[in-house]
Amino acid sequence: MIGLLGKKIGMTTYFEESGNAIPCTVVEAGPCFITQIKTTQKDGYEAVKFGFGTKKEKNTTKPEYGQFKKLNIPAARFIKEVRDFPIEGLKEGDQIKVDIFKQGDVVKVSGITKGKGFQGVVKRHGFAGGVRTHGQSDRERAPGSIGASSYPSRVLKGQRMAGRTGGRRVTVRNLKIIKIIPDSNILLIKGAIPGANTGFVEIYKNA
Amino acid sequence: MDKVKLIEAAQNRTDLPAFHPGDTVSVFVKVIEGDKERIQQFKGIVMGIKGSGSSKTFRVRKISNGVGVERIFPINSPKIAKVEILKEGSVRRAKLYYLRKLTGKAATKIKEKKKKLLVVEETKTSPEPEVIDAPVSETPEA
Repeated sequence: MIGLLGKKIGMTTYFEESGNAIPCTVVEAGPCFITQIKTTQKDGYEAVKFGFGTKKEKNTTKPEYGQFKKLNIPAARFIKEVRDFPIEGLKEGDQIKVDIFKQGDVVKVSGITKGKGFQGVVKRHGFAGGVRTHGQSDRERAPGSIGASSYPSRVLKGQRMAGRTGGRRVTVRNLKIIKIIPDSNILLIKGAIPGANTGFVEIYKNA
Repeated sequence: MDKVKLIEAAQNRTDLPAFHPGDTVSVFVKVIEGDKERIQQFKGIVMGIKGSGSSKTFRVRKISNGVGVERIFPINSPKIAKVEILKEGSVRRAKLYYLRKLTGKAATKIKEKKKKLLVVEETKTSPEPEVIDAPVSETPEA
């Protein structure tokens, strides 16, 4: 699997030659520095660890900073590991850029969704709520019954209820890369991806 | 967001003339039939312009065989071959949804932009005052 880390910039409309208007997300992807290459001999499995973005030295821990300093690369803010990354010709400290993808590639994108706070079941789980008329009061967005009575005399585990919504990792699969602008490290991906603008995202493609 | 604007600037069209709500325009649309491409004309009144950036659209209304027809065109679509402004209308709204309620002649006729404006432009460009007097006196008659 190949991958790249990036930052969500925003959405726009992209026009194809044929005139089709495609809703696109603009992602600033890479360049990512390889911080570590894991091998079967040493670590028990094959993987590549790489980072995106920069942070100040004072915001890194000393062991963390030592790793970056050893490779003479800037301290990365967002670091991920990808298994079985094809590493021919790559070594630690090298850069990966958007050109590992090509136009028309189908990718999956992961990110942290926007946090929505404490939400009820209608927004959080898509419950229908109650009827609005026929003399109802306070039932419009209520969850309804949450279980049976004397048996089991408790609420079953996993019962969907109100609570913290959003702010979790979500992966969207089968997204098409519409355009690549290598000069400015920009990817145009068809459709929406998780998270707010300026949020970090991971882009993966099965090699 | 600046990077979004850069991408939009690279693909947005700048070759179309600036038209406004109330103008009568003729939109030349590329239509693909089988493997042939031809150009279709859609002539009507611009009812409004909506949106910004790449997703900006404009709405054109015409009366075709007694039936009102409205079409929305994305301004930046490569399918638009060209836009011709036939008449500049003078309207006091940004969205001319009231045209839908009008029938007959009123539905297709919009007051043309005042000639006065044009005269003012002429006064600026022409140095001789005598030339200005002539069009000014003509306007109230017309």
